[in-house]
Amino acid sequence: MDILTRGIGSYTSFTPPEQRALDIRGLTKVFGGLRAVSNFTMDVPYGGLYGLIGPNGAGKTTVFNMVTGIYDATEGSILFEGQELGGLPPHQITRRGIARTFQNIRLFQNLTVLDNVRIAYHAHAGYNLLEAITRLGRYGRQERQLTERAQDFLAVFGLQDRQMELARNLPYGEQRRLEIARALAAHPKLLLLDEPAAGMNPAEVETLMELIRFIHDEFNLTILLIEHQMRVVMGICEWITVMDFGQVIARGTSEQIRNNEDVIVAYLGRAQGREL
Amino acid sequence: MKRFPLPSWIPTLAVGLLIFVGVQLARNTGSISAYRYQVFQIALITSMSALGLNLIYGFNGQFSLGHIGFYAIGAYGSALITKDYVSSWSGSRAGALSWMIAAQIGVVAALVFLRLIRLDRLRKRVASHTSQYLKGHEVRLVSTLPVLLVVAATIAVALLLTQGLHLVLDRTLSSLMAMLPRQVGQHVVFVLAILTGGTMAALVAYLVGLPLLRLGSDYFGIATLGFAIMVFTALQNSDLVIETMKGARGMVAIPVWTNWSWVVGVFVVLVVILRNLLRSSHGRGIISVREDEIAAQTMGVDVNQLKTLAFTIGGLFAGVAGALYAHLYGFLHPSTFSIVKGFDPLIIIVLGGLGSMTGTVLAGVGVVVLIEELRVILPQGFEDWRFVIYPIILLLVMLLRSQGIMGTSEWGWFRAPLPPEREIPIPSRTPRASTQLTQSEDA
Repeated sequence: MDILTRGIGSYTSFTPPEQRALDIRGLTKVFGGLRAVSNFTMDVPYGGLYGLIGPNGAGKTTVFNMVTGIYDATEGSILFEGQELGGLPPHQITRRGIARTFQNIRLFQNLTVLDNVRIAYHAHAGYNLLEAITRLGRYGRQERQLTERAQDFLAVFGLQDRQMELARNLPYGEQRRLEIARALAAHPKLLLLDEPAAGMNPAEVETLMELIRFIHDEFNLTILLIEHQMRVVMGICEWITVMDFGQVIARGTSEQIRNNEDVIVAYLGRAQGREL
Repeated sequence: MKRFPLPSWIPTLAVGLLIFVGVQLARNTGSISAYRYQVFQIALITSMSALGLNLIYGFNGQFSLGHIGFYAIGAYGSALITKDYVSSWSGSRAGALSWMIAAQIGVVAALVFLRLIRLDRLRKRVASHTSQYLKGHEVRLVSTLPVLLVVAATIAVALLLTQGLHLVLDRTLSSLMAMLPRQVGQHVVFVLAILTGGTMAALVAYLVGLPLLRLGSDYFGIATLGFAIMVFTALQNSDLVIETMKGARGMVAIPVWTNWSWVVGVFVVLVVILRNLLRSSHGRGIISVREDEIAAQTMGVDVNQLKTLAFTIGGLFAGVAGALYAHLYGFLHPSTFSIVKGFDPLIIIVLGGLGSMTGTVLAGVGVVVLIEELRVILPQGFEDWRFVIYPIILLLVMLLRSQGIMGTSEWGWFRAPLPPEREIPIPSRTPRASTQLTQSEDA
């Protein structure tokens, strides 16, 4: 079974098209003269917990930015539940069911923990501007419901006692958790996690991995995870795609990736490759 | 201390009423001069305009230098309406009013129509049909042409619509005005003038914001500065179009209808609108744009829509404030709306705290009263020193408290309401619990 080959030339997916939640074909992004992502192809089945790894600057985050609409792809297509996402603005992509977290945490620093989560309900607030200004109609009921839902969400992540604190005053680990809670509050079907373990110590990484497994089962999610640290992805991902210099260099289960020549070279360089 | 379950709006309302009644009584008994009475009014008017700018810059994070332009539009627009009512400069008592209403309906109709027909689709269709015969830049040119034609045709139709509407409105409104007794008619016209001044400014803000808000913050600031300069230049030469605006000589004979009650009444309405807006889902969205635009987008917030909303409402506030200003002295001069004056609301919101309604009102009233009081306090011949003392105070505040007087905190009813107290149910399955579960299964 030739699955660990370079590029997409000989790549055939195991997942039949109708079972793919996310289906990326031939995605390319050019910044000036730099090909940040080149002919990138991968798919994630419904309910999958997949990983995307690679050394620094391999183009992983650029892929996420294209999927979430922050960048327009130079070439290629991104299908989510069979529908093309190319050209859609980010907020519409989110409303279709894709949420993400960021490598360098992007919380609303000067808002409370509760408000951070409540913003995720912005698109489904259920009252219009006039009702908001006059406080008539659906405002009261909807706002109370929305607040309670946000509080319940915080409780799942153990942040219920922090709800009135400013996000910037939370310790690092809780900020990470809040960012995941906020992303989940948008009711995504696909969650993109961009280096969730960045800056964490081994014990925290352990807790995080449990958390990711938990939300994957509890919320019935499809998860695509970028990670820089091999240990995290190896531990939880069912299937791993490895990128280097904007291209896919390998795909497989953690076992296959661990022993893959190209991956070892990409991470450690040729001379030390044998030592791993 | 035991928590006193007093709703936050009661102390706020009490303080407001106290100030309102206090100033009015002091004027009626002659404790404060007519001049001081006017200073209080201009202080609140300036605060209204500054609140609008705080929504744009402090809450939504869009650095705008064009605020004075909207203030000017509200002032001159409403002045034309009321002056028409008292002196029929346009030949009809409702001429200016019906022109402005008709023009706004025309513009809104054109905007709605252009949005409904989806010009980008037309453009794409033309582009896809011609792309096999033509080069890239030629395709762009050819596909833009029909779009421009459609827009031009829409504008022409909108102009016709405006013309027709004006005729109808003018007839009905002037006969209605003739029916109303003088006392009632004056109030009705004043309300209409304030509203129209506000909506004119809001509509212009919407049109200006549509292309400009795509720019980043600093570029947006410079672009809006350009808008303010355009308005200023237009006002200086306004007599070429409408004789009664008198251009650089200044518009005179505007009825002096603004008084303390009007100012406080309008102020309360605006403050309630702003506070309720900010403490809603829309308001949270507006603030999230300031905090982190990319994160806001990925949370499903339509950033462009909310920027336009904040900018439009900010413009509305400035327009309404301008309308009250126009009827305070009965005289308008372009120099009041120069770019230098345009920095006043900016100074006020930075001084009061970007993102604080309370701070803006405190700073707005404080700055205006301070400058005018210094004129009285300083000895004869030293009045100009107030523009030395005032900047020194500004410098000191910025050095000692760079986040402004209030920072982002609020007082009383303006504060974000606490979520209702309730027992938050802890779900049976939390991340911790799930680990224990797997462990027990293993065992």
